[in-house]
Amino acid sequence: MNRNSFKDNGRIVIVGASLAGLRAAEGLREEGFRGQLTIIGDEPDEPYDRPPLSKQVLKGWVAADHTKLPRLRQVDAEWRLGVAATALDRANRLVRLADGSEVPGDRLLIATGVRARRWPNAEEAALQGVHTVRTSADAARLQAALAGGPRRVLIIGSGFIGSEVASVCRELGLEVTVTERGPAPLSGALGGVIGTIAAEMQRAAGVDLRTGVSVLALEGDAAGHVRRARLSDGSTLDVDVVVTSLGSIRNVEWLDGCGLAAGFWGVGCDAGCRAFDINAVVTTNVFVAGDIARAPHVLYDYQFLVMEHWDNAVLGARVAAHNMVCDEVDRWAHLLIPQFWSGQFGVNIKSVGVPSFGDEIVFTQGSVKQRRFAAAYGRRGRIVGAVTFNHGKWIEHYRQEIARSGPFPPQPPGFDFPENMRVMPADFPARGVPTEAPDVVLTGHAPSERRAEFRPRQR
Amino acid sequence: MTPEEAFDAAMRYENRANPYPYFDELRKTPVVRVTNGIYAVTGYDELIALAHDPRVSSDRRKSHAPSAGDGPVVDESVLAMIEAYDRDPSFIASDPPDHDRARRQCMRFFGPPHSPDVIPSQEPLCQRIVNELLDKAARKNRMDVVDEFAYPLPVNVICRVIGVPIEDEPQFHPWIADAITGLFDLGPDIETEEGQARRAKGEAANLAFKKYIIGLLEKAEKSPGPGMISQLVHDDGPDGRMSPSAIVNNIILLFAAGHDSTVNLISHCVLTVLRNPESIELLRNRPDLIPGAIEEVLRLQSSVQFFPTRSALADIEIAGTTIPRGSPIYLIYAAANRDPRRFPDPDGFDPQRADNEHVGWGRGIHVCFGGPLARLEVNTAFEAFLRRVENPRLIEDPPSYRVSQVFRGPRHLFIDYDGIMPDRR
Repeated sequence: MNRNSFKDNGRIVIVGASLAGLRAAEGLREEGFRGQLTIIGDEPDEPYDRPPLSKQVLKGWVAADHTKLPRLRQVDAEWRLGVAATALDRANRLVRLADGSEVPGDRLLIATGVRARRWPNAEEAALQGVHTVRTSADAARLQAALAGGPRRVLIIGSGFIGSEVASVCRELGLEVTVTERGPAPLSGALGGVIGTIAAEMQRAAGVDLRTGVSVLALEGDAAGHVRRARLSDGSTLDVDVVVTSLGSIRNVEWLDGCGLAAGFWGVGCDAGCRAFDINAVVTTNVFVAGDIARAPHVLYDYQFLVMEHWDNAVLGARVAAHNMVCDEVDRWAHLLIPQFWSGQFGVNIKSVGVPSFGDEIVFTQGSVKQRRFAAAYGRRGRIVGAVTFNHGKWIEHYRQEIARSGPFPPQPPGFDFPENMRVMPADFPARGVPTEAPDVVLTGHAPSERRAEFRPRQR
Repeated sequence: MTPEEAFDAAMRYENRANPYPYFDELRKTPVVRVTNGIYAVTGYDELIALAHDPRVSSDRRKSHAPSAGDGPVVDESVLAMIEAYDRDPSFIASDPPDHDRARRQCMRFFGPPHSPDVIPSQEPLCQRIVNELLDKAARKNRMDVVDEFAYPLPVNVICRVIGVPIEDEPQFHPWIADAITGLFDLGPDIETEEGQARRAKGEAANLAFKKYIIGLLEKAEKSPGPGMISQLVHDDGPDGRMSPSAIVNNIILLFAAGHDSTVNLISHCVLTVLRNPESIELLRNRPDLIPGAIEEVLRLQSSVQFFPTRSALADIEIAGTTIPRGSPIYLIYAAANRDPRRFPDPDGFDPQRADNEHVGWGRGIHVCFGGPLARLEVNTAFEAFLRRVENPRLIEDPPSYRVSQVFRGPRHLFIDYDGIMPDRR
């Protein structure tokens, strides 16, 4: 089928109906794709925005069902919402759905994203009052629970979601305990130096933050509602609400056996969003975008990068849409410099690049004491990432320095010098603890998962 | 044409209506040394980089730029006033942390989170003024868009926000006009005898206006009233209270910027659609396109074409040029906004232009403070103009321009029209 007839008559299936799926659908129509478009999503809701769920929604400013994503254009698609994809049959070009139906298509976009990692003890996880925050329904339930005035909220894990929820709890005047197995909040994404500052922010806001502590058990009452938590520091807490924020798991199970490079870290693909098969041979008709995509990045030694960030979903989807219908010579690369933001404890946090690729950190602007500063991360004498606290307007400078692999430590600013400008170890936790994985991860392969068939030297 | 010649030509009054060919000429070297050791930045990417570079200062006391001259001959009491009220510059001419603190202190009384209602609550006033102006114009078939339409709206609103009595407008308007004409002519014309006279007049006007603002501040100290002057004088926020000299200089900044640049944008909106008449029908039928069209006008006709505060605090290497430490840097927004590497068909007006991330509001920490208010004012005015003015036509093109190349806009913009429709919203 030549390109033009594919644009007119082709069939494209998008699996995943959140930010990446929606933006890809819009991108395809923008590109002039007039064929049949099917969007499959396991959640019943129309595509919605997730960042407000852990902030404005929990605070009660915005109802959980009021974060629908704005539509940039009509997509004229068949929506199959509330039914999960269960298998991919590449030979017959079919996606199988949970209701037993099959959706045929010529090209496929995988945008199934991630889900929240549940509390590992299923019985305890099923207790009433034990929450995660990933979906709109999750946020609605947790908001209602927080509005009910619980005596104490326990948050397990202090990555971005856990820290944002803790911040909301304090703003609502709730007593809150945060347990963190690692040394400090946010240390997976930003390292221990920044984590120490995040810990000070939490404690100053009245959070009972316990680092180096894990939760051994959650206990319920006769009605099946969580009431107590037993901690590894020997203490017992009376709690009415527990939020488990343990990071995410990629939704790859439906791809089992289909021969794609899908695994713990997502679905491998090239920088043009084309999926790899298990031998790392690029496919022609399968594309990947959003949280689940895992692609080599020129700036980071061509290591594979996964980015659970909003702009990665939007921009990756746009590139995937283009490459799904364009001429071969016209393909785009999705070479994003990752960027994200968070709001917690009255501080706007922004980051750019991949801080965890760095091993050193230096404060470059502002004042740590006043919690308004910029810091750069370096590796082997070049800048690879940066973070700002209430200093977001400078992030563009660091983005440009990272893009051109500028020197580390960077040249000093002309004004507003930090109290301490010494280069320090960034103090990232050792790799391999899944719940401490940052939201942008360089993903080496796991040898135990290796299933490639090596080609013999001699036939 | 050498870069100096192109720069001087762009700055010269005779080219005010269309400096853009000279900016194109300059942009052949996106960062280039021009007259008086100034580095002119005309490339989009280069401007974005320097606007975010923490080695670029906005504090003129840190640059090697020649001072503005010996100043006017003044008596002792004026010298004492200058001594007291010149110490702390406004935040547009400051670096962090002073800049950040002053901007926060001002924003406390202008926008969210502390004052989320200040800007939206101006909308009824904007609507009323705009419609009154058009009602008045209904009695005739010709108007000066600048004096009769674009100017009265922002000046009324900024007076209310800042707490300056609008009744004093006949007094302060010439001061601001003379100060901008005399102190913000940064081209070769100011060196002429006529230019020197303008500068002297501008300095006198600046001083008179400053005295006037000091008077309002002293009055607010004794009896609090509405508006930012009084709010800043009695501020008990987390950053403490600004020094009197910082209050005066920031109020002058916000007051002058708060209406002059908005006037230019409203006038340029009208001028631009009249030059592109097919867009009038489009915007009338689809008023949802108006906000985007305004951004496109601002890209083409940046109200603040550049601002002469920045300088290099270190040797900065960019785009093959090294800007030596101490050199003044002009980030020329008006030129970067027509960089063909960034904007396809950069001189064309496309009200539906996609990906229009222009730099007309500036970038980085000095990005326009009053932008949200300006957007409200310009949207209100432009929407009403498009909806109510029947068959508007330009009488002269190009219109006569004001002197300043920093705050660039028409001095008059005469149009003819068949009538003004009643306000039927």
